[in-house]
Amino acid sequence: MSTTETTASGVGPVEGGYSVDNPAPYIEAPRQRTRKTPKSTRGNFEMAAWLFMRLSGVVLVVLVIGHLLIQLVLDGGVSKIGFAFVAGRWASPFWQVWDLLMLWLAMLHGANGLRTVINDYAERANTRLWLKGLLYTATVFTILLGTLVIFTFDPNIR
Amino acid sequence: MPAGTLYRGREGMWSWVAHRVTGVLIFFFLFVHVLDTALVRVSPEAYDKVVATYKTPIVAVLEYGLVAAILFHALNGLRVIAVDFWSKGPRYQKQMLWTVVGIWVVLMLGAIYPVLGHAARELFGS
Repeated sequence: MSTTETTASGVGPVEGGYSVDNPAPYIEAPRQRTRKTPKSTRGNFEMAAWLFMRLSGVVLVVLVIGHLLIQLVLDGGVSKIGFAFVAGRWASPFWQVWDLLMLWLAMLHGANGLRTVINDYAERANTRLWLKGLLYTATVFTILLGTLVIFTFDPNIR
Repeated sequence: MPAGTLYRGREGMWSWVAHRVTGVLIFFFLFVHVLDTALVRVSPEAYDKVVATYKTPIVAVLEYGLVAAILFHALNGLRVIAVDFWSKGPRYQKQMLWTVVGIWVVLMLGAIYPVLGHAARELFGS
């Protein structure tokens, strides 16, 4: 574009008219954030999910390996497990909290893992929608059922 | 299935594949496990009946497989955290994987008697 004879365009002459005493009008940079810019609607969900996998993972290593030791290794292994054994353990708030925390963290950790797997392998948007709908339904149901069982456990049910 | 499912085919990729497979298996077991434990709200008999099947030799082998999946996922998960947060993690990822495999083998050898012992006694007499 010529800089000397642009009179018909909307820009006007760039050289010649402006000086220190007569500065060019300030033009805001494109895409600069101002007070009028709408807030991003995307958020940091994926970063939070990534961090959650690592934090819950460390806690789950302790909770789950402890759980395996108690249930499958110590004191006769799987042979001793029965209603009486469960009643004995859930008589203590410590093991109730242990199992509750393990349930919530493991279910959310697993659900987020499977969400990633679905996003990776289900190529059609509709397939992803249905698989994730099924995943979230099953996850919410299982977390609520497990929580209810821990809180309403009755050793004298019979 | 997306085209090109082989990425680089070395330790980094195969540990990632194993982490996925074990993770999905453990998650599906978790659903079943919460449901079977929920039977304590039905009756002691219903719970004990289902747990009795967990004490059979065939399920003992499945339990050994579950322990294998959980221990690998746990140890390799700690390796992933080290790769992400430790400044030298990416450089030592291969050495860390072989450390994971070594600890896993030792723990799996140690789990043979506690997890499979009762099945062996049932099959071959004590």
